[in-house]
Amino acid sequence: MAEANRYRSLQVWGGRIVLGAVILGLWELTSGTLFNSFWISKPSLIIERIFEMVERGTLWFHVSATLQVAVVGLVIGMIAGTLIGIGLAYSGIFERWVYPYIMALYSLPRVSLAPLFIVWFGIGMTSKVLMVVAMVIFVAFYNAFEGIRNIDRDLLDMMKTYKASRLQKLSWVIFPSITVWVLTSLRLNIGMALIGAVIAELVGASRGLGYYITYSSGMLDTTGIFTGLFLIMMIAVIMEQVVVQLERRLLKYR
Amino acid sequence: MMMKRQEKLQIDQLTVRYTTRETSTTALEGVDLHVGEGEFVSVVGPSGCGKSTLLKVASGLLKPAAGEARLDGRVINGVTGEVGMVFQNDALLPWKTVFDNVRLPLAVKGLSRSDQATEVRRLLAMVGLSEFEDFYPKQLSGGMKKRVALARTFAYDPDLYLMDEPFGPLDAQTRVKIGEEFLKIWEKVGKSVLFITHDIEEAIALSDRVVVMSSRPGRIKAEFEVNLERPRPFYEIRFDSRFKELQRQIWNCMAEDEQKGGV
Repeated sequence: MAEANRYRSLQVWGGRIVLGAVILGLWELTSGTLFNSFWISKPSLIIERIFEMVERGTLWFHVSATLQVAVVGLVIGMIAGTLIGIGLAYSGIFERWVYPYIMALYSLPRVSLAPLFIVWFGIGMTSKVLMVVAMVIFVAFYNAFEGIRNIDRDLLDMMKTYKASRLQKLSWVIFPSITVWVLTSLRLNIGMALIGAVIAELVGASRGLGYYITYSSGMLDTTGIFTGLFLIMMIAVIMEQVVVQLERRLLKYR
Repeated sequence: MMMKRQEKLQIDQLTVRYTTRETSTTALEGVDLHVGEGEFVSVVGPSGCGKSTLLKVASGLLKPAAGEARLDGRVINGVTGEVGMVFQNDALLPWKTVFDNVRLPLAVKGLSRSDQATEVRRLLAMVGLSEFEDFYPKQLSGGMKKRVALARTFAYDPDLYLMDEPFGPLDAQTRVKIGEEFLKIWEKVGKSVLFITHDIEEAIALSDRVVVMSSRPGRIKAEFEVNLERPRPFYEIRFDSRFKELQRQIWNCMAEDEQKGGV
């Protein structure tokens, strides 16, 4: 059994690595031969650029700015959205009044809010974090809301017949029930948070990966653009792995 | 005025309606039912006859439209904390281990940690699950989950057990086995039970009295005293001639209803 599992995971990872190598290899080979490397750059150039940035100390300078905005916004948005979702699920008729407005706001392309936030708060940290929050909060809200609505009625009835206090209901049934939903929203929101952070930096900033991408674009430096994109991707992958580990811990009963 | 014997649960002229936007369905109408101290009463009837609704009223989870339910002579108004429900689907917390699931009612009651642990271990030994205290419900078979749910209810130690087709989802063999174990433990505990089932044999084998309900709206149709001695062998009792006779009577009583209803 364990032997078969190990073989299976070897097969999966082997396939992934080979696929990645083939794609990067094709890119490397066709760039400069089939296509002009000015437009599509090259994996080797990107790696070279990353080393250059490390040497000059600009890598961490940009990465940390984006990471900070994304993580702070993600945390604030997740907490606020989840609390609003829980609160609204228990608010009775109030929920029916508010819900259509929330959905209307959700349908807004939140990217277009970036200029507004800059007018309000300038191009500092605040407007960028707010942008991330705007991206993240809806998914967090919706998942928490649905999570509450999907709690098994029998479990709540059972707690009721035991005369459990509100706090006991929260800790034994409600929080564990919505954990699955909150983790799902956290996972979806990693991407959203990075989009928010990068967009805010594209609109107005003097550091961060979004800024680095616009700056490179202004210099017609495609390698710079691809480097920025690659770094954003790496951040997303690492953050997602953190959530996967968290899921493994919290959902081991499944 | 006549002095009435104090009943554990006394239900008088109970009517329950479910109202949705368009329709109002009468789930129960004019139901009279009582469960004496230490008595085991089963309710049998076709599905959709409001058997579960009856339990919800008795537990205080549902308010009746008319009539009333009394527990120890006091009108049930909201959850009383003296009844223990056993649900058809066990209602175990999937994110808690067997140990913690059984510990739940003890923690709610506010017992000390060490008292909780001692009591949980005692109950798990009683239902034969000592080896499984660190397992999650998902890792257990249907019969084992049922044992955990029963152990949890025994941990709560209510005055009145309300059981909603608790053995329904089990396969025939497990059903008999769990039923037998439950009967043995119950005969020691001796608390009042209101037991809902659609299995006539199970009802007779367990009960002191079997109540037959008709459907739409749910009414009490007939009552049968089960005069079989206790402790009784849960399985072998089925071959007793008195059992057979009772089974035939209850069956006929229920079949009548179906013909009339044309189902």
